[in-house]
Amino acid sequence: MSNLNKTTISMIINNEDYNDLNVETRQHLGDFLRDLGFKGTHLGCEQGACGACNVLVDGESVRSCLMLAVQANGKNITTVEGLNSSEMEIVKDCFVKNNAMQCGFCSSGMLMTTYEIVKSNRKYSREEIREMISGNYCRCTGYQAIVDAVEDSLNKINVGV
Amino acid sequence: MDDLNQNPKLGAADRPNSYIGRSVPRERAKKLLEGKGKYVDDILLPRMAHLSYVRSPFAHAKIKSINTENAKKYPGVLNVFTIDDIEKVCSPWQGVLGHLGEMRSPTQYPLAKDIVRWQGEPVAVVVANKRAVAEDASELVEIDYEDLDAQLDMETAMDKSTRVIHDDLGNNLFWTRTVNQGDVGEAFKQSHIVEEVTLDFARHTGVTLETRAIVADWDSSEEKMTVYHNGQAPHMMQSIIAKHLNLSEGLVRIISCDVGGSFGIKVHVYPDEMVTVAVSKLMKRPVKFVADRLESYSTDIHSRCHKILGKIGVNDKGKILAFEIDDLSGIGPFSVYPRTSAIETNQVLNLSAASYIIPNYKAKGTVVFQNKTPMCQYRAVGHPIAVAITEALVDKAANALGMDRYEFRKINLIPDNSYPTKTPSGVPLEDLSHEACIEKLEKMMNISQLEKYKKESLAKGKYKGFSIINMVEVTNPSPAFYGVGGAPISSQDGASIRLEGSGAVHISTSITEQGQGTEAVMQQIAADQLGVKIDTVRVTHGDTDATPYGGGTWASRGAGIGGEAVLKASRKLKENILNIAAVIMQSEVNNLDVQNDQVIRKDGGEGISLKDLAQIVYYRGHELPPGTNAELIATASFSIEGIPFVFTNSAMGCLVDVDVDTGLTKIEKFWAVEDCGTQINPKLVEEQIRGGVVQGIGGALYEECIYDEMGNLTNGNMADYLVPMAYEMPDIIVDHVTTNSGRSILGAKGAGEAGTGGAPGAIMNAINDALIPLNTEVTSQPITPEKVLKALGKI
Repeated sequence: MSNLNKTTISMIINNEDYNDLNVETRQHLGDFLRDLGFKGTHLGCEQGACGACNVLVDGESVRSCLMLAVQANGKNITTVEGLNSSEMEIVKDCFVKNNAMQCGFCSSGMLMTTYEIVKSNRKYSREEIREMISGNYCRCTGYQAIVDAVEDSLNKINVGV
Repeated sequence: MDDLNQNPKLGAADRPNSYIGRSVPRERAKKLLEGKGKYVDDILLPRMAHLSYVRSPFAHAKIKSINTENAKKYPGVLNVFTIDDIEKVCSPWQGVLGHLGEMRSPTQYPLAKDIVRWQGEPVAVVVANKRAVAEDASELVEIDYEDLDAQLDMETAMDKSTRVIHDDLGNNLFWTRTVNQGDVGEAFKQSHIVEEVTLDFARHTGVTLETRAIVADWDSSEEKMTVYHNGQAPHMMQSIIAKHLNLSEGLVRIISCDVGGSFGIKVHVYPDEMVTVAVSKLMKRPVKFVADRLESYSTDIHSRCHKILGKIGVNDKGKILAFEIDDLSGIGPFSVYPRTSAIETNQVLNLSAASYIIPNYKAKGTVVFQNKTPMCQYRAVGHPIAVAITEALVDKAANALGMDRYEFRKINLIPDNSYPTKTPSGVPLEDLSHEACIEKLEKMMNISQLEKYKKESLAKGKYKGFSIINMVEVTNPSPAFYGVGGAPISSQDGASIRLEGSGAVHISTSITEQGQGTEAVMQQIAADQLGVKIDTVRVTHGDTDATPYGGGTWASRGAGIGGEAVLKASRKLKENILNIAAVIMQSEVNNLDVQNDQVIRKDGGEGISLKDLAQIVYYRGHELPPGTNAELIATASFSIEGIPFVFTNSAMGCLVDVDVDTGLTKIEKFWAVEDCGTQINPKLVEEQIRGGVVQGIGGALYEECIYDEMGNLTNGNMADYLVPMAYEMPDIIVDHVTTNSGRSILGAKGAGEAGTGGAPGAIMNAINDALIPLNTEVTSQPITPEKVLKALGKI
């Protein structure tokens, strides 16, 4: 156990280059990002159930607790700190307006899922939105305000028009 | 000063800066969406070490030996401690209070001493330079156990043949209470109809998305302990840490930054958290412990775990004559410190039948020990059990009489014009509105339409049912809750408010924020009462060095108690501001007011900005006449007096579809009408109701901590322990009735418990309404598909 394998990796995180980082092979991407200071990535379960740790890997939402840091070698990572496109600023405003977060612990993961919904560039029914966010735990809101915020975002961003 | 003249009327939304009653967005929410929230696990301190606990794999076993040598040699490990080390710096405790009759709970040590009594109890702690290293080395701590019989089933806890968990106590009884009002025996004899039911409620837990976390930082030079803790009651923790680590209380500082959900889970004293503080003292350096999710399930307090027998007697007109309950609850091996594990059962006895006029009431509660995770107060303490047993019996009685369930309730509810009065158990009630709420609910739900929908669905082979329930909710507790029993838990909260040189306003409050919107609510109250724009106001909370003393956030007390303190402090500050302005402006105080950050003259003419006023006071005090009272800071506090709690009330209903082939329940609609008095921010109130309802749905349909016959928790992870997810949840329609609390100027009551307290009864009644044509019922929560199919005789 004491001779832990280490590997040198590089990646882009929020449009900045991170080169020649020496990581333990066993470390998951979530811990790795948090160690680098990206504290907006929250670890809720570390078994891929809760979705709080979702980040974007090459534009796709991924459970950062289920991916090893070494698997992200050479990839383009976006954490919540880098989620600042004009569309996502509208999404965040809609989350505030609808109070689609209470404690905020699930929010970064929920925003990653919302990013994918927005990116698909079409409108969805409330039931479809509920299904699409059903990979993310939220223990505070009861989800309705989040559905409202996603619906509101899709209307404001004018998707599918 | 004339109060009526100077203080703005609450809820008058047409004047400048009238924020009370408006759904103002939470100012700090954006920060949480940028990933800039600061949770305990985000804190990094120089030389900080990391802890991993070695926990008991057994429900009940003797510790024969502990060998930490190999773990200590592991590279990166700084030390390994057992109770022999920890008890030198941290004294044990006992989860008993003095005001509720005899409680029998033994001394609990911060780490297990000689015997382990639940799976997950901490036995040793490994300190290392990294968490992963500490976890690796935990596997090298060798503990030799001798397995003992586990006492798991609460129903056999008092049998002679059952293993006694604490030999000194002689049996497994922790606490018992009876209430007897009137003569139920005689009243049942006189009843036209008597109905009975027994309900089961499984153990579940709170599943805060952020797990429990603590960083302790002992500074031996100042003998100061700084603790970053994601808790709900910083001053309680300050007192308890000082007491058990033998520190000067004034030199213990508790900082609670952003908290990722609490729901009552984070208001208790946990052994691993006390040990973390002790380790910091022993090692003279900062240490961090963050529970992982598996530890959360086996060590966060569990809740519920009740079996309750209920009986109702009614006359031929449908008036309730008698109500009786007998409740049994299992709490794990210790009563939890310092709030005790008696409170949930106590509330079941207090709150059962509390919405109705019941001349004869009898209740018995028995609380026993088990070798399972300790059980204590979680959101809506006791309410789900009390509401579900009451409303199940009310439905049964109405159905047996052939009466409409809504009409039956209307003739038995405590009328809105009869306050003050008491619950059937004898607890004072005031300012409630059951009739107004249920009438509003009936209109929202359109009951006649629902009956039609039910019949039409049945004709198509679909089983739909609906419910309509009433409840009271405990909020804004007085000293009678804990302080009277000897716990260091403040019932009072304080607020300090100051005008700064920039003209900005700063509030410090003893209420903490776990996402409910404490900051927004306090900003609204202060801005409203001072007459300033809301973005002028900042809030500090969650720091015992920086805030007034107070209870914190639990039992839905933040807005009603802490908010009242902010209101009172704001009024005092405004009085000071106007007195100073009167000197500067050479005007009568009564001719002045504050609006939009300006002191204005009511009769017109030039005013002065708060910024200019503050700068005269702070920078150019020589311009004021000698002796002017120029204090731009004011402090106030508030505590509920004269009653044990400020009750609120709600009426709720839901419509369900029960699939008789799969046993699955789908909630098609959920309605709630609540009365929390003054709503400072209606949006935040509604979100408390909705979030609460969904946690109640979790308890009703999904959540259960499942143990095997050896006392192993078999589903303690997020994949196997089911909680409500977005797809299964309905939209929840919320409306309000407003009956202000007469106990404060603000008139606000709490709103955090209602949904969780009411939803389980509403769902169970709706399912049983759907099952009436099939002549069966469900009585055990969570109401899983398996239980439905069993009730239908299909499996």
